[in-house]
Amino acid sequence: MPEGETHVLLGPNGSGKTSLITSILGFPSCHILSGKIRFNGTDITTMPTDERVKLGIGVAFQNPPQIRGVKLGDVLRHLTRRKFDEVKLAGTTNIPVDFFGRDLNLGFSGGELKRTEILQLLAQRPDFAIFDEPDSGVDVENLEVIGKAINEFLKNRSGLLITHLGHILRYLKVDKAHVMFYGTIACSGKPTNIINRIMKKGYKWCERCPKVKRLH
Amino acid sequence: MNAIEKPAAFGPDLDLGAFKRETSPWPPCTISTLPEDIVQRALSVGISTEEKERAGTYFQIDHSAILQTIRKTFSGKAEIMTTGEALKKYRWAKEYWWKIVAADTDKFTALAKLKWDQGYFIRVLEGQKITIPLQACLFISKDNFNQNVHNLIIAEPNSEAQIITGCTVHPNVQSGLHVGISEFYVKKNAKLTFTMIHNWAQNFNVRPRTAALVDDDATFVSNYMCMKPVKSLQMYPVAYCKGANSRVRFNTILHGNQNSHLDVGSKVVLQGKGSRGEIITRAIASDNAQINARGLLVGEHEDSKAHLECRGLLLSDEAFIHAIPELVGKVKGTELSHEAAVGKIAEEQIQYLMARGFSETEAESLIIRGFMDTSIFGLPDVLKKDTERMIDATFGGAL
Repeated sequence: MPEGETHVLLGPNGSGKTSLITSILGFPSCHILSGKIRFNGTDITTMPTDERVKLGIGVAFQNPPQIRGVKLGDVLRHLTRRKFDEVKLAGTTNIPVDFFGRDLNLGFSGGELKRTEILQLLAQRPDFAIFDEPDSGVDVENLEVIGKAINEFLKNRSGLLITHLGHILRYLKVDKAHVMFYGTIACSGKPTNIINRIMKKGYKWCERCPKVKRLH
Repeated sequence: MNAIEKPAAFGPDLDLGAFKRETSPWPPCTISTLPEDIVQRALSVGISTEEKERAGTYFQIDHSAILQTIRKTFSGKAEIMTTGEALKKYRWAKEYWWKIVAADTDKFTALAKLKWDQGYFIRVLEGQKITIPLQACLFISKDNFNQNVHNLIIAEPNSEAQIITGCTVHPNVQSGLHVGISEFYVKKNAKLTFTMIHNWAQNFNVRPRTAALVDDDATFVSNYMCMKPVKSLQMYPVAYCKGANSRVRFNTILHGNQNSHLDVGSKVVLQGKGSRGEIITRAIASDNAQINARGLLVGEHEDSKAHLECRGLLLSDEAFIHAIPELVGKVKGTELSHEAAVGKIAEEQIQYLMARGFSETEAESLIIRGFMDTSIFGLPDVLKKDTERMIDATFGGAL
């Protein structure tokens, strides 16, 4: 991915989108059998997760775990390192300040989970931000809030958006789209073409593509 | 008395003859004139040396009560003295003595009856609200020593108070036996918050025996914290919700480390109409520690309700936690429930925090610190600050 661009990664459930993210982060659930992961010229293939993150990679997760007793506010303050105002930031993702005292992801609704994930990423300010399904389970009103926040944030950064619904794309400027099938990028191209086709005809349309058939 | 031979229902048995009883008395003095090493240990169990932070202080070293004071602002509102003095001063005091803890329960209660070494009498007078905590420190200065205290705490009707009790030993003490009998009487519409903090030594044995009687519309909150090594600690305090609308809450934070054997439980007996009980336990086991975390709710009134929650966190493969929650319903209409969970730190949680830039060590410490989150206990601010300081001292603040 070239610097400063925003790409969208589409693909049916189980095609390997989330595995790609966990590989980029270096979670032990994914083993790199071949190939290298390079970020800003550095080979990060074997680097521990926190070091990768310090280089400027950040992820807003699809299904973040609940952590009892660890407060959202504690994590936010750690991320901002008191350099800027996390309260103001919370406003941009429509998160009330009383959420800062709540246990991380415990009892959050689907939409609240997405918004607090995005909030944490905004506080983390990575050069390369990955958003895993930021639009699933979010109501229309908040979809716009989230879309605008992500768009604003990605103005001077690189971003990868993972979605299979595509709702969020209405609010975002995307440079390129990719479609993943069976763990491989089956096609890449102009976002409007690819997205419109998939939104209209679903992934059934892709399955008829000779490239995808070959992968299968 | 045959009871002196009777092993306790739980916990390892001990040979009472293995501990020394002889000691020379300590003269009365103020906290500020105590030796620095004693003061430091007292601070580690929540005892404050700042006069303005506490409404009154009881301090006992070995068999000697060295200090019993009430600040002027609170005189006539609360009393602190040795239980020996109280039994002499008030003829009625014997009505509260060995009434809810039976002397023949086991060899430890029998020992406390036969070889009794004072203990504190704290009484909050009717209608009085003591706005800052009262404190008591039970201290052992000699190695391989046996101390048997018997405490009596009475919250008179419509009173309100917080008591902090810190029990600890001199840094030179390695082994010994502390037996503490405590009888609590929380009368009509009174509210008593009792917080006990222990800091013993590697080869030290501890056997508290505690009971509380809670009257109509009264509330008893008991907080217990033990974060430091001990050879064996066994206790199973009980609260009887005798009165209508009586409330009881037991909060326990345990950290078993090294070779500690902790057998700690709480019991609530719901006897009054509308009585409510809650037991919350957080136990962490590291090194070779063994923890039995017990809990028992007994519903004896048809309009009663209680919940028990026990969470255990294992930080070592050599440690174990046995959570034993029990519910006994004796009448229809009582509502008793429990939830218990024992496990290690979820790998998923560590990875998630590492993906936010925390190192593995920082992530672990943040999760452990969160596990010991005292905000669920609803402590008064002053106690919350003290307990958090102690947890931070053990597990470190990641942030």
